[in-house]
Amino acid sequence: MADLADTASQRALPLPDHVSKTYWDATTRGELLIQRCPACGHFQFYPRAACTECGSEPEWVQASGRGTLHTYTVIGQNRSAPFDTLVPYVVGIVELEEGPRMMTNVVGCDPADVTVGMALEVDLVPAAPDVSLPFWRPARA
Amino acid sequence: MTSRAPVIAGIGWSDYPVAPHLDALQHHALAMRRALDDCGIAKSDIDGYMCASSGFNYGVDDVGTMAEYLGIRHRFIDGTSLGGSTFEFFVQHAAAAIGQGACDTVLVTYGSDMLSRMGRMLGTSTFAGKGARVSGAPQYESSWGNVLAGSYALAARRHMHEFGTTPEQLATIAVGVREFATLNPNAQYRDPITVADVLGSRMIADPLHKLDCCVISDGGGAFIMTTEERARDLRTRPVHVLGAAAAQSHWTISQMPDFTTTAAAQCGPEAFALAGVRPEDVDTVQCYDSFTITVLLLLEDMGFCAKGEGGAFVESGILRRGGALPMNTDGGGLSACHPGMRGIFLINEAVRQLRGEAGEAQVPDCEVAVACGSGGALSCIGTVVLGRG
Repeated sequence: MADLADTASQRALPLPDHVSKTYWDATTRGELLIQRCPACGHFQFYPRAACTECGSEPEWVQASGRGTLHTYTVIGQNRSAPFDTLVPYVVGIVELEEGPRMMTNVVGCDPADVTVGMALEVDLVPAAPDVSLPFWRPARA
Repeated sequence: MTSRAPVIAGIGWSDYPVAPHLDALQHHALAMRRALDDCGIAKSDIDGYMCASSGFNYGVDDVGTMAEYLGIRHRFIDGTSLGGSTFEFFVQHAAAAIGQGACDTVLVTYGSDMLSRMGRMLGTSTFAGKGARVSGAPQYESSWGNVLAGSYALAARRHMHEFGTTPEQLATIAVGVREFATLNPNAQYRDPITVADVLGSRMIADPLHKLDCCVISDGGGAFIMTTEERARDLRTRPVHVLGAAAAQSHWTISQMPDFTTTAAAQCGPEAFALAGVRPEDVDTVQCYDSFTITVLLLLEDMGFCAKGEGGAFVESGILRRGGALPMNTDGGGLSACHPGMRGIFLINEAVRQLRGEAGEAQVPDCEVAVACGSGGALSCIGTVVLGRG
């Protein structure tokens, strides 16, 4: 069976902006960046121009690429390509080791085997020359 | 001071749930005319105006355009647009504006031709297709093939994980609301359904089935708020705004701080405190039912039951016809009408109940009604406590 991540280039993709260009550029090098506030220590994702806690200017730090699945759904119906032919697939919210959460597809396992709390690791899959998408897979033991 | 107390004087609906003869602007206009006729206020007396474009109307009904289209000469205007709950926010804003004397009589309108224009695709399509480049906060979500129902499924799954809530319990919400829809000749779906029907319907975004999801409709509504003093010589019995509060926890679903708790946990208790009533004093609740899980979270967060006990609470039958807290007595968004932003229907149905005009669906001795709207993706919540005049 083809891996869901093989369809990365067929999806709607981000348009990098002044802030997110740093993040998306890093993905193409295989690095997952998040932001940390030098003033209050708060970690955040998605990237912003200000800390959501204290308003200071955040700095970039590399995430460990490890996390757990906070919640998920198995999509049963989506009329839009390429997803119309990919159902059922998993849309999940992964909680990074550092705390912030992001939306993703959990790939590399049967949707029926997905559970809340399962350990995951990131897999940055090239989708375009300027963007790789952070898919997440079951963590290797 | 009391004489400037805010009341809802007039309510009106356009045609729903299927109205191919109306575009969005006509829905606004028709609902306005019916709300004016309802209470006898002249359009020239309107000096405050609020409306929110549904976002599905191709930008034709933003507040500036609509004030011009309807010919409203306003001293106070508000175009807050936070999704389905915007109209509960408007009650809060209008009450404040009227109370302060910024204006005397506020018209709120809504109109959508979503079904006739777009069909039923909305809930199960991605928002941006292949080849699109997406800006802003959605750029982090648009690649994953999530659908509208999927965002709510994420909350439902987490609630099931933390509290053992079951699909059967969620299904009882849809069954109870459909029971009221059988009494509404305008409801989109009127045949009774069972828990087995809900669980047997197509899985849209696990754990949400097709019958856990609201319908997609055309429709519009309007209401008119004014001072208690101005309302004294109108033909309708005014409904008092006892308390109105609103709050936001996030906008995009991946940013929801706690997938089992909405901002109703803040604005629900605030609205009750302003009104000086407790949840057990409420005779009927009109609760946003975009999806069954929406209802469960809002009821818990407003304090009708403890966090995590929503499953048993809804399963008890308390929300059903004849129960102690009848909910969505017009058939709700799950069965009657959901044109994209349903919040105005919650207000109008609460008013209809408090006036004693709900016919077969009338809640006996209805003195206190609550309308609670959810907008965005469980993001923006407004709670309004209304009392019989």
